[in-house]
Amino acid sequence: MSTAHVLLGLLAGGPRHGYDLKRAHDERLPRAKPLAFGQVYATLGRLERDGYVTESGQDRDGGPDRTSYELTEDGRQHLDTWLSAVEPPAPYVTSEIFSKVVVALLAADAERARDYLVAQRSAHMSRMRELTTAKSTPGASIGDVLAADYAIGHLEADLNWLQTTLTRVAAFSKEVTN
Amino acid sequence: MSALLSGTSIVRNYGATPALRGVDLTVDEGEIVAVTGPSGCGKSTLLHCLAGILRPDAGTVTYREQNIGLWSEAARSRLRRTEFGVLFQFGQLVPELTAVENVALPLLLAGSGRREARGVAAEWLDRLGVADLAEQRPGTMSGGQQQRCATARALVTQPRVLFADEPTGALDVLTGEQVLGEIVRVAREHGTAVVLVTHASSVAAYADREIVLRDGVLDPTGLGLGVAR
Repeated sequence: MSTAHVLLGLLAGGPRHGYDLKRAHDERLPRAKPLAFGQVYATLGRLERDGYVTESGQDRDGGPDRTSYELTEDGRQHLDTWLSAVEPPAPYVTSEIFSKVVVALLAADAERARDYLVAQRSAHMSRMRELTTAKSTPGASIGDVLAADYAIGHLEADLNWLQTTLTRVAAFSKEVTN
Repeated sequence: MSALLSGTSIVRNYGATPALRGVDLTVDEGEIVAVTGPSGCGKSTLLHCLAGILRPDAGTVTYREQNIGLWSEAARSRLRRTEFGVLFQFGQLVPELTAVENVALPLLLAGSGRREARGVAAEWLDRLGVADLAEQRPGTMSGGQQQRCATARALVTQPRVLFADEPTGALDVLTGEQVLGEIVRVAREHGTAVVLVTHASSVAAYADREIVLRDGVLDPTGLGLGVAR
């Protein structure tokens, strides 16, 4: 996920300063890891260096000076290109869960891999319950529901994978340890 | 506190084929319990035994500390009409009756007057968001609308336990989610316990807890360990 592109997207609606960008980012992408202020300013610095944003003014509003940024024409073009580009669907299979099963077989045995799969399933179900409760809560925003939907769909896929892997773990163990 | 509903060592066979091989389960007042597992694991049979529709070959089903297996068919039928609600994958509405008549049916069977039954049925249709379908017959409704009506019918007697067997299995994802959300919301509002049979983990996630069946026995790990090994 590109924080830079989200910031560009937020600036497409008009100039904003760093604090405002952080707040809007966290609001529009609920359940994403909240953006650190340091990351906002570092990203804005890179975007400015690349000519995608430029300082548009200072305001004080009773506190310290705050620098506002706005999108440049190059920035708008860059954002448009990013929006039009289709993401390559899963070009690499990288998953901590998958890696852990492989390493359990390499470092220990099928039993260890099974124990891990069972514990992981339980954690996945528990998280899925939390997300389902959150999205079913009256007054949940559409953004919250969409974020929960996305996470639930991926957890469900993982759960299916955990189940099928369990039935294949003995055969996989032979392949890995050969 | 004792459980509202419990099954102890439930065994049920279909001819020579065992469907349940000694299942223990408790459901507390107002609790939502998902029963999951692969096709053919015995989850629907368990629901039918708990709901008093099927008699177990061995073991007991206890409701409010009474062994309902010892009851006559008439007494179990009365229990199903008054204390239990049942909801299947396909609503099983009576095609000749309108929505409000379908929902009023359990009340009429329980002895309510026609006018009162219709009034209460209309309220339940409203609660499930389908008040405007009251005078329509099932054939003119979408699957989601039918299932909402069936949910209203299952809950109209304000049962203590709702048995739901793949209640959203025939619906698309979004409609299924809406119907399931309504079932859970209404059950929680009324303190109704729910036994929710499903093969989908995303549906089971609506429950307070999940039990997994595999080959007719409980699978505490959820992944077939201790069963297949």
